[in-house]
Amino acid sequence: MISLSQYLILGAILFALGVVGIFLNRKNVVILLMAIELMLLAVNMNFVAFSSYLNDPAGQIFVFFILTVAAAESAIGLAILIVLFRNRSTINVEDLDTLKG
Amino acid sequence: MNFMPALPLIFLFGSTCAILLIGLYVGERRTSVVYVLSQVALITTVALVIRDAQAAPIVALHGMFVRDRLADLLDIAICLLVVAVFVYSRRYLSDRDMYRTEYFVLALFGVVGMMVINSAAHFLSLYLGLELMALSLYAMVAFQRDSARATEAAMKYFVLGALASGMLLYGMSMLYGVTGSLSIAKVASTISAMPPGNIVLVFGLVFVIVGLLFKIGAVPFHMWIPDVYDGAPTVVTLYIGTAPKVAALALILRLLVGGLQALSPSWREMLVIAAFLSMGVGNVVAISQTNLKRMLAYSAIAHMGFALLGLAAGGREGYADALFYLLIYSVMSLGAFGLVALLSGPGREIEYIDDLKGLSQRNPWIAFLMLLLMFAMAGVPPTAGFYAKLAVIQAAVDAHLIWLAVAAVLFSVVGAYYYLRVVKVMYFDAPEDDRPFVLPLDGKFLFGLNGLSMLLLTPWIGTIIAFCHSAIQGLP
Repeated sequence: MISLSQYLILGAILFALGVVGIFLNRKNVVILLMAIELMLLAVNMNFVAFSSYLNDPAGQIFVFFILTVAAAESAIGLAILIVLFRNRSTINVEDLDTLKG
Repeated sequence: MNFMPALPLIFLFGSTCAILLIGLYVGERRTSVVYVLSQVALITTVALVIRDAQAAPIVALHGMFVRDRLADLLDIAICLLVVAVFVYSRRYLSDRDMYRTEYFVLALFGVVGMMVINSAAHFLSLYLGLELMALSLYAMVAFQRDSARATEAAMKYFVLGALASGMLLYGMSMLYGVTGSLSIAKVASTISAMPPGNIVLVFGLVFVIVGLLFKIGAVPFHMWIPDVYDGAPTVVTLYIGTAPKVAALALILRLLVGGLQALSPSWREMLVIAAFLSMGVGNVVAISQTNLKRMLAYSAIAHMGFALLGLAAGGREGYADALFYLLIYSVMSLGAFGLVALLSGPGREIEYIDDLKGLSQRNPWIAFLMLLLMFAMAGVPPTAGFYAKLAVIQAAVDAHLIWLAVAAVLFSVVGAYYYLRVVKVMYFDAPEDDRPFVLPLDGKFLFGLNGLSMLLLTPWIGTIIAFCHSAIQGLP
């Protein structure tokens, strides 16, 4: 039997991977989008684990909404990515440096 | 199920969808139809809010939605701010071939999101409102598709905004796990019944606070603000710099004050640090900026620090003062960014502070109004900005945060330098080109009102503060 704390540790690891992925990644914007997705999925893992532990379906319903919003979010993210590539011909994170000061 | 309390929200959402379809139908050459319809929709929403303004809170839609004084006040403020934003941005958009339905529809969807936040009584509605607002904002920043700077700003905004939402959600999942409920009122009552020092609760709180500070752009989570303000088209900056700031305060009031009041000793400490750093970094870094939008972005960070000062002071007085500060700030910010949008005529972009050189000789009335706005931002009496600063600093002193109040005064002295530099450039430098500024009539009229309101509001300051107090009373 897998206990609640094991689910939570998995969620925490996935979340940390997502956050670290955003900050360490210097190469590719697509990987940033993947890291964001991973973060939201880690949150979903938490919600489902708590929901099952508490015997309360509200958490699982929340997960459906997070999934939907995450889909909308990646649609917008990819749209911005395409416009960015058209303008700059690159999706390298390090090249995104025209704005500073 | 009782839909009536949510009527203004439902009306605005329905009319936004209708405007989207009408915009497709009338085509790109008659965007003025869309413009007028958007303004009518916003003003009707304000009228609907006022028509059945609530003294006592009403919870509706299965505990998802609450209608109280606070929600009413913030809804009205946001709708009116966006009406003004549309007036200011109209000519800027048409000069740049950006006068399209999308701008108005995205802005209206953003307003719907903000109104959902204002009335959120449940983590789910809070999150959905936040995302509806944020997704509209990301798309608006990328609205000028052929601009490399705007798209880069949009990408940065998107990544950091999504990171903030992730943090906030992670915190919410922890709070859900501890309290077993997603309803903000139930979370509040469960937490206040629990013995203090629950480690998971504090863990969740930290994530929630980080997410919130990201969203309002407080130091140390402020790095996206200057880039987004600078890179986005000026009219989008104008939008981002006004209404979402008010919604961000609503987010904090609903989540921290409404839901996590029992943990206020812990989160007040964090807000004290964020307030101090925001006022310091914002004001000091703004000094070295030559780009006007970037300077105003750092000034926005500093102003957020002042609003946090009121929240960190705590108590109903402190929250009401923060609310008052933010309302006054949003009007000042509306004016300052509005001026940048209004003066940027065809083929001319106001970008640097030096672009305002000699404004007093070319257009003395506009220069005078900008002077009032800059004085108000610096906190010079008798402008409304002075009373706003006075209120939050008073709240900090009352909460025995004397050192923070002293720091706030010192930082506002530092801040006065760069606001007064704008005034100096307008009044004492010779103009570089003599092309006159031609302002659209409606924009000119509204800007006049906007600038003068900094002086004309003075006799009613007491009334506004009293109204903010009564709005805060409704919170549990």
